[in-house]
Amino acid sequence: MIDAAISFAKIFVVFNALMLCVSIMTWVERRVSAIIQFRWGPNRVGPFGLLQPIADGIKFIQKEDIIPAEAHKLFYLLAPALSVIPALCAFAVIPFGPEVTILGRKVSLVILDLDGGLLWAFAATALGVYAVVLAGWSSNSKFSLMGGLRSSAQMISYELPLALSIVAVVLISGTLRPSEIVAQQAGLFTHWNFFKGVPFLGFLLFTIAGYAETNRTPFDLPEAEGELVAGYHTEYSGMRFAAFFMAEYINMMTSSALGITLFLGGWQLGIPESWQPAPGWGLWTLQILAFVGKLAFFQFLYVWVRWTVPRLRYDQLMNLGWKGLFPLSLANLAATACLVAWNLNVTR
Amino acid sequence: MEQIAFFVLALLSIASALVVVTNRNPITSAVALAFNLVSIAGLYMVLDAQFIGLLQVIVYAGAIMVLILFVIMLLNLREEAQAHPVGTFQRVLAPVATVLFAVAIGRGVWLSTPPVFPAASAGYGTASSVGRELFTTFYYPFEAISLLLVVAMVGAVLLAKKKLS
Repeated sequence: MIDAAISFAKIFVVFNALMLCVSIMTWVERRVSAIIQFRWGPNRVGPFGLLQPIADGIKFIQKEDIIPAEAHKLFYLLAPALSVIPALCAFAVIPFGPEVTILGRKVSLVILDLDGGLLWAFAATALGVYAVVLAGWSSNSKFSLMGGLRSSAQMISYELPLALSIVAVVLISGTLRPSEIVAQQAGLFTHWNFFKGVPFLGFLLFTIAGYAETNRTPFDLPEAEGELVAGYHTEYSGMRFAAFFMAEYINMMTSSALGITLFLGGWQLGIPESWQPAPGWGLWTLQILAFVGKLAFFQFLYVWVRWTVPRLRYDQLMNLGWKGLFPLSLANLAATACLVAWNLNVTR
Repeated sequence: MEQIAFFVLALLSIASALVVVTNRNPITSAVALAFNLVSIAGLYMVLDAQFIGLLQVIVYAGAIMVLILFVIMLLNLREEAQAHPVGTFQRVLAPVATVLFAVAIGRGVWLSTPPVFPAASAGYGTASSVGRELFTTFYYPFEAISLLLVVAMVGAVLLAKKKLS
């Protein structure tokens, strides 16, 4: 009973934190893009325009909910929900803090501490493709269909390098449970998986594939405005359109959080244990803040890359995926396997 | 709790399976099949077979069904307006076959005694236990299947490349 209550509390906190982050991200995206382009960006609503997301929310709710006449109604209405739900599910296996003691009860700060946690994240993201495909098809518009097809082809192609770069980490750590992977990276930051096996390469592959997986620039072909209007969500309006955006930002956060968990020590501070304060709320708060800080940095990186790197052409995207990243991630996997076999640079 | 989960998932999987076979729209059928695969994955989870359940979602629902959906969309099939007319032969035989099948299943269920399984050991159904079994007890069948998959893949590439007249 108490366990169930604790689980609900964790879900409540993480859900609300994610939603808050989504609204902050919509503000950050526009402000940073404005700074990069020498503009002001939204700065009228509240201090520094910080209340802009609330204004946007009110606007989205008021908008007319348009359903195209020739659309397949059921799937058209279902698709936005299908994009948000898997995105939220995937985040459940991310450990966002250490095991803490609340009122004498040990609580690990992860919603779902599953033995196959990484597989769970993969399963959830794999189901996210349906939303894109169905949204594109059910809208019954050329732009939507092309966007949906492009996007699903892209997501299927880039899932391979993403999965292979994760398999390399699994080889090093010998477990699929995210909380154990984080626990193994304790101590100085050189113990992070980033530096183990083939240093840097795995994280680079993961990050590039992650950008493609979340349909962000430079891989945002599905919604390339110049040719496809807005891709698979062209026909959507109001809150349904907002749902796709929410899913995109949640996916970005899941992707960064997974990268942090796998390669950058998760909630670990990255300093020797003798320098850290004694276990207690002070240390735990620091560790949660470390996780949030790392996450914030990678969210900023997403925005930074979006507004500085130009978009790839579609054939370039596919070539990069299948002829560049895929062989490279296979090589990374083989090299890591050799290093694990010879016990080089993989100390657990 | 486990029983509630079982009955909900069983109901969902049967309902979605019915939608797959009764609906005329190929896309609806495909999505219902995906739904069916996910609910069966849930049933695996109830049976403590966590790894198999997750793989079911990743491989079947996440990869294979998406490809099938893709193909249906590219073919742009409309609702099967003029479905094949059902002949008298099927009209007579279908109910008979259905009743016979139901009787066979019902008899099997009626005659069987529910087996008693020992409680799952610690670590049952996890990736490591399944992997260990695959690479020790079932090593040769496992390798044989991988060979089969390679053969199928080579065959598919050949079929796609060569123009068959």
